[in-house]
Amino acid sequence: MNTAQVFSFHGGIHPEENKTQSLQLPLGRPSLPSELILPLGQHIGQSSRPVVNQGDKVLKGDVIATSNGFLSSYLHAPTSGAITAIEERPIAHPSGLSDLCIVLHPDGEDRWTELKPLNNWQSIDKAEILAYLSNMGIVGMGGAGFPTQVKLQGAQKSTLSHFIINAAECEPYITADDTLMREKTHELISGIEVFQHLIQADKVIIGIEDNKPTAITAINAVIAERNSNIQVAVVPTKYPSGGEKQLIQLLTGQEVPSGKHPADMGILCQNVGTCVAVHDAIYLGKPLISRITTLTGEALTSPQNVEVLLGTPIEHLLAYADVQHSRLNRLILGGPMMGYTLDSAAVPIVKTTNCILAASKKEFPAPAPEQACIRCGMCEQACPASLLPQQLLWFSKSQEHEKAEHYNLFDCIECGACSYVCPSSIPLVQYYRHTKSSIRDAREANVKSDLAKQRFEARKARQEAEAAEKEAKRLARQKATTAKSAEPKKAAPVADSIAPTSKTAAPASPAVDDTKKLKVDVAIGKSKLKKLQKQLLDAQENEHLEDISALQLQVTDQENLVAELEKQLAAVLESAPSVAKVPVDDAAKKAKIDAAIAKAAVKKVEKALKKAEEMQAPEVDAIRQQLKDAQQRADELEQALSSSGSVTPKATSPATPASAAELDLAGQVKKEKIAVALANAQINKLTKRLANAPEEAEAIQAEIDAAKQRLQTAQALLNTLVQSQNSTQENR
Amino acid sequence: MALLRITSPHTQRAGHRTSWVMQMVILATIPGIVVQTWLFGWGTLINLMVACVAALASEAAILAVRRRAVSFFLKDYSALLTAVLLGVALPPAVPWWVTVTAVSFAIIFAKQLYGGLGNNPFNPAMVGYAIVLVSFPVPMSQWIGVHELVASGNTLSFMQSLQAIFHQLPVIDSYTMATPLDGFKHKDLLDSETAFASLPALQAASVNSWLWVNLAYLIGGLGLIALRIITWHTPVAVLGALFVMSGVFHLVDMDQTATPWFHLTTGAAMFGAFFIATDPVSSCTSNKGKLIYGAGIGVLIYIIRAWGGYPDGVAFGVLLMNFAAPLIDYYTQPRAYGHKKAKSGLKVGGDH
Repeated sequence: MNTAQVFSFHGGIHPEENKTQSLQLPLGRPSLPSELILPLGQHIGQSSRPVVNQGDKVLKGDVIATSNGFLSSYLHAPTSGAITAIEERPIAHPSGLSDLCIVLHPDGEDRWTELKPLNNWQSIDKAEILAYLSNMGIVGMGGAGFPTQVKLQGAQKSTLSHFIINAAECEPYITADDTLMREKTHELISGIEVFQHLIQADKVIIGIEDNKPTAITAINAVIAERNSNIQVAVVPTKYPSGGEKQLIQLLTGQEVPSGKHPADMGILCQNVGTCVAVHDAIYLGKPLISRITTLTGEALTSPQNVEVLLGTPIEHLLAYADVQHSRLNRLILGGPMMGYTLDSAAVPIVKTTNCILAASKKEFPAPAPEQACIRCGMCEQACPASLLPQQLLWFSKSQEHEKAEHYNLFDCIECGACSYVCPSSIPLVQYYRHTKSSIRDAREANVKSDLAKQRFEARKARQEAEAAEKEAKRLARQKATTAKSAEPKKAAPVADSIAPTSKTAAPASPAVDDTKKLKVDVAIGKSKLKKLQKQLLDAQENEHLEDISALQLQVTDQENLVAELEKQLAAVLESAPSVAKVPVDDAAKKAKIDAAIAKAAVKKVEKALKKAEEMQAPEVDAIRQQLKDAQQRADELEQALSSSGSVTPKATSPATPASAAELDLAGQVKKEKIAVALANAQINKLTKRLANAPEEAEAIQAEIDAAKQRLQTAQALLNTLVQSQNSTQENR
Repeated sequence: MALLRITSPHTQRAGHRTSWVMQMVILATIPGIVVQTWLFGWGTLINLMVACVAALASEAAILAVRRRAVSFFLKDYSALLTAVLLGVALPPAVPWWVTVTAVSFAIIFAKQLYGGLGNNPFNPAMVGYAIVLVSFPVPMSQWIGVHELVASGNTLSFMQSLQAIFHQLPVIDSYTMATPLDGFKHKDLLDSETAFASLPALQAASVNSWLWVNLAYLIGGLGLIALRIITWHTPVAVLGALFVMSGVFHLVDMDQTATPWFHLTTGAAMFGAFFIATDPVSSCTSNKGKLIYGAGIGVLIYIIRAWGGYPDGVAFGVLLMNFAAPLIDYYTQPRAYGHKKAKSGLKVGGDH
């Protein structure tokens, strides 16, 4: 009644289990280490944000870092003590990376903060429970460390057919989950019930390998005692039955579609450790600050499972299990199939550390030299994803990435079964990892080049639109010019007087261009930001955890960029000169363009005329007349252009004497202003010199006086000019 | 203390190395070798010795020329396996230089010039066999007969075998006779029934001797399947196709064709199906591919036996299907986990 149907999956291997070594001793509880190192990124997603400072005293269970985004989690003090540092420390990572860690010096009292269990969880809103779980720092403890509340949010969107509790623990050597199930059976079942309350799945199944009879008996007993409808599915021991996809296939007979997540097909998977952590959080109010970890391997004299505080350095645990350093050859975090080696025992235990394997050389000898692949197909028979590893190796070696993808490289779960059986000792998984990362790099480069292309095309379109606008304006102006070309002489003197003004305006034009460009940039940046935010939201909704962190980073970058651009824009706008000068400059440009166009027209008509003459066409005369007109227009424009240096803007638009005078006046005002400024500067300079050279004081004083006088006259002139300018403006 | 840094997995299946695979295949030929020696005299064993020496010598020489680690590659037993397969396939009293030519050509040209173990597109043993079959047809067709039927009434003694192989044996003709396949091929105008009644090669003693040989290789082959060195797909497909072809044509024309049983138990049917067609390097990879590949070989064996220029067709059948193997591979990808259907064809990236 409580047993579920069990299916099978393709491939799989039967490596030596080596699980008994760590089950000889009872669950150990190591002493407090001298310091606890708590990395801020113990989960998938954004690193937590520290909320404590160096020197702060914390109690056991106090929040020391909070969630830093949608896909993030909380972190709590595993014991009471003082924060001694927040700094980079080596963390458990395949590459031997360092990351920001909160370092806690325990005070030895191990004093709890006030615990607030969520006793009314059955009656309150589910969203509140999720928020509570997030606050308790619960993440998936099976390996990935996916924040549990996010996973549940995803699962709550659809109706679930299966809620699967992963208790397979198929990796050799590891017995942490086995021990957990034996020690905390009641807690496990309670935790599962909380999950089931949250998601209401049709079926709740615990998937467990048949090599854990004690745990199976214990669970069955508790289920019978509680009259629970949780099913226990005992699956045959075969690696990698504990892989999420494989376990789902074993228990439901369904496959998770490639590129999708279990939640997409109405299945939620949780590790047993997570269920117990949920129980502790809900019923006891305890945040996730400790876990059960297996210490095993031939280099340890007393291999065992330990309940260990997060942040405990591994060397502390090795010492606890009586490590023989002379035998220790390979220190593996995780199991022998998928674990990674550490180069230092100083790294701490995190929420996802399930095993520390201190192996001797005899236990895991160095791999035999790689031989040629003979395509024997043993890998293919072992592959749980039904891939063709030998072909993938071929494509990886020859860097035929497209073919490798065609052969479903990205469905490889890197379980290592192929490498395990390979008679030629080829590190197949290593080849696939390398090829996968090369393909990812290439994809990113592609995305970048696509963006560049889009930008380029947008720019081209913008330029074309501007050109079209200009053309339209030119046509409109052409009409006006034909009317006005009769009085170009009138405009010429105006242009003369304008010249200095337009010259001073010249430096302003780049600034104007800048403003325009910046405005466009800001608009583009903002739209990009919006797009990215939307993508991020999508990713979060669909649990594409690979993308989320990358997108989050991109969004942050983009936000910064936009802010920067806006700042620049504001600065430029402030410093930009009076906008009045812009049309002047524009007009000059327009005139030049007009002249060029007119010349081109002349050339065209000339050509046409030539052709017509050659063909002795009757319209020769008409064309000649056209040519004359065009020539005349071009000449006029040319003249106007050359007479003003940079052409008079008023030549092309109605130029009234009043406005000319006004411009004249404005020029003088400018001149006087400059004179005033010059005089001021001179005075300043002289004053300085006076201070430096007291012996020449008299002479300098005289000069200053003279300069002051000049300043006064200039000031007076300026005032009158400004007044008269104002009055002309008022008169209009 | 320096800790070893290495990527997962950290364990390997103990003892199952490439050399082990090769050794097991060599061992699996022993029943066949024993039966062949029992039936056809010492020639097979002497051939094997000659072939092994020639194989090791040519492998070592070419590896030295290619500046590869000689002992490292010699230890993989692949050259020895090629030698053993050729040694048992060649006629028991074939002159030594035929064996040496076949083996050295197989090692140097069919294997090492393509890049050595794992890189050869064709089955090296069969390339060597085909070369000498085409080049020296006379010695290649002199197969020792069973003692009841040959003129001398005996098999070659050890000394006679040595003499035949290394020097010359004028009386060799009284010890040789046509194999059943050869006899059936050249029955000319006789119908099947008359042929089996009259031709010496098709007498019960001759046909049964080949039945024993095939049974011995079948046993060895089943051992390889049990050891999971080969899968059942290729041999079953080869034999199945051969059975179907011979069965269909036998039903169509009983008078001129032999029974499926005859086809499955004479010549190199079992040896080819379990030891030659299953060479992993030059055959297909996926299970489905192996079925198609094996069936192709079975069909070709029958076609060559029935209408071709040679009495048996294993070597050419395998070589022809070697050509097709990469193409078959492209169209027989297995359905990977999480995919609705298998990808196939040469079109790359069609799934995105």
